[in-house]
Amino acid sequence: MSEGALAAVAEAPLETGTSRRGFVLRTLRHQRVALAAALFLAAVTVTAVLAPWIAPYPLHEQVGPVFGHPSSQHLLGLDDGGIDMVTLLIWGLRISLVVGFAATFVSMVIGGIVGVVAGYFGGGIDTVLMRITDYFLVIPDVPLMIVVAAIWGPSLFHIIIVIGILLWTSTARVIRAQVKSVRERVYVKRARALGAGHTRIVVRHVLPQVAPLLIASTVLTIAVAIFDETALAFLGLSDPSAISLGRIIENAFERAAISTGAWWAIVPPGVLVALLILACSLVGGALEDALNPRLRVAHLSARTFRLRPLVGRGKDAV
Amino acid sequence: MRGTDYVLKRVGFAIVTVFVAVTINFVLFRLAPGTAVTNLSRVPHATQQLRHALEVEFGLDKSKWQQYVIYLKQLAHGNLGVSYQNQQPVSTNLRNDLINTLPMVTLGTVFAIVFGTFTGVIAAWRRGTKTEGLTVGSALGFYAMPTHWLGLMLIIIFAGVLPTAGMTNEFLLNPPFWTHVRDLASHIFLPALTLGLVLYGEYTLIVRSAMLETLGEDYILTARAKGLKPRTIVRTHALRNAMLPITTLIALSLGYIVAGAILIETVFSWPGIGRAVYNAVLQRDYPMLQGAFLVLTLSVIFFNLVADLLYFKLDPRITE
Repeated sequence: MSEGALAAVAEAPLETGTSRRGFVLRTLRHQRVALAAALFLAAVTVTAVLAPWIAPYPLHEQVGPVFGHPSSQHLLGLDDGGIDMVTLLIWGLRISLVVGFAATFVSMVIGGIVGVVAGYFGGGIDTVLMRITDYFLVIPDVPLMIVVAAIWGPSLFHIIIVIGILLWTSTARVIRAQVKSVRERVYVKRARALGAGHTRIVVRHVLPQVAPLLIASTVLTIAVAIFDETALAFLGLSDPSAISLGRIIENAFERAAISTGAWWAIVPPGVLVALLILACSLVGGALEDALNPRLRVAHLSARTFRLRPLVGRGKDAV
Repeated sequence: MRGTDYVLKRVGFAIVTVFVAVTINFVLFRLAPGTAVTNLSRVPHATQQLRHALEVEFGLDKSKWQQYVIYLKQLAHGNLGVSYQNQQPVSTNLRNDLINTLPMVTLGTVFAIVFGTFTGVIAAWRRGTKTEGLTVGSALGFYAMPTHWLGLMLIIIFAGVLPTAGMTNEFLLNPPFWTHVRDLASHIFLPALTLGLVLYGEYTLIVRSAMLETLGEDYILTARAKGLKPRTIVRTHALRNAMLPITTLIALSLGYIVAGAILIETVFSWPGIGRAVYNAVLQRDYPMLQGAFLVLTLSVIFFNLVADLLYFKLDPRITE
């Protein structure tokens, strides 16, 4: 953690448009673990996009014995249908990421709009919107997702919508708080005095200020969305024809991979999900840490007897 | 009095939330494709009269509002309907399931609170050392693992050593008391451990950041300047103040634990409320699903209220 990073982080919100865009990159550069996590996410995304070209075997074809052991041809063995595990994982990654990104997009749109509207207009609108958010926060997501998915029937689209419409609450709160403070800044007041309309102020002055926070929130939400999809798939509520990572775990569990001793059918997909969630949490947490002024407090390290800044905490950013 | 105001406000909010939850519960299941009658009247030669008679019997000829009022009335009498699966009242089924869930969940939670607090404090205290890297790393790891997958991993590791399914050994008929207890304990171990490990990760992270926050306060510096022992500082100065956010966050998480039990109970075939939800989904047993969802939501609302009241008890300055 260098002095420069601290200064850069502290100044970030005050800088002009171009360097604000560089903020994400700058934060990542100074936090090695977060950087590694971001690189992992990038690599995984590229793999998922290129799935049709890089998957070593066809997805729906038996290419070896049922639960075949890992070998030089099949690095992670075969599943209960004799399908190559590496191929399955690459395609599963694709579906899991699609669900994660799409559901997060839905929740970001809802959360962003609710947060900006509540924070910008304040007053009665704010009270009503925040009350609704409070109710949504209290209702347990996973059971509600299960109920809705069970009623609507299994489909990828339903899963995305269900996860999306239940995950926006924390985003809405974070954005609202930020918008509330941005709204009171001098340049916003000036713009208003010059006759700028609400739309212009929100688009030109408020949104750019909350954008980094929205990005941090997005990355964190992707982790939750991927987890929820895995859980729903495990309960048999995901689309049976869309093979996601959760679906692979469920399949292996249902087809007795454990009692057969076929660990390769069940360990790798879980490891992949855990790594995805971990990477998203690390990147999102690092960004949020750098952005959230509440966390920007000098902390006294109990052991080393000196003051340490908490910002850009390098390897221990959580 | 402002304190009473605060308590009343929180209780009021909880009651309104219960109403919202009950209403959502009613509306959600009315959105389900088809009604009870659609299914029943799907017999050969079903006439319009049969259909109508069934609708009258199920009260579906009444308006939605009347149906809602009837639903509320029955709910107030504790009537949650009848399960499609075993024709028993849903409330009886749910009560039995809850009785099975509670010991497992309690054991896992206690484990997580004890060890999570311990490692969280150590991680904050040893900030910037390898110890911290190790504890935070492992906590993050457990936090990131899908719950059911962690359960499956434990099954792979402990297969043959510990029972991996059910709550009791069904081949033990009328066992002596201590054999029965030992049997139960061996069955409860893995599901409780799964829950404990997942929560352990979460609690370690919560405790660590709460401790870091208090360790940065001026009174810690004062305590250190006074020459107090580090152990005293952590125990009486830092941890005591950090308990405030820790208690509320843990109370908040308690409500969600019941929901998390769905995955764990499915993996370990534990006959609790989570498994009831899973079976209800499989069998499309809507009354059971509706009842279970209501119980889960109510438990979250209840623990939210507990968290609010605890916060007030611990820090009476809070009034909003």
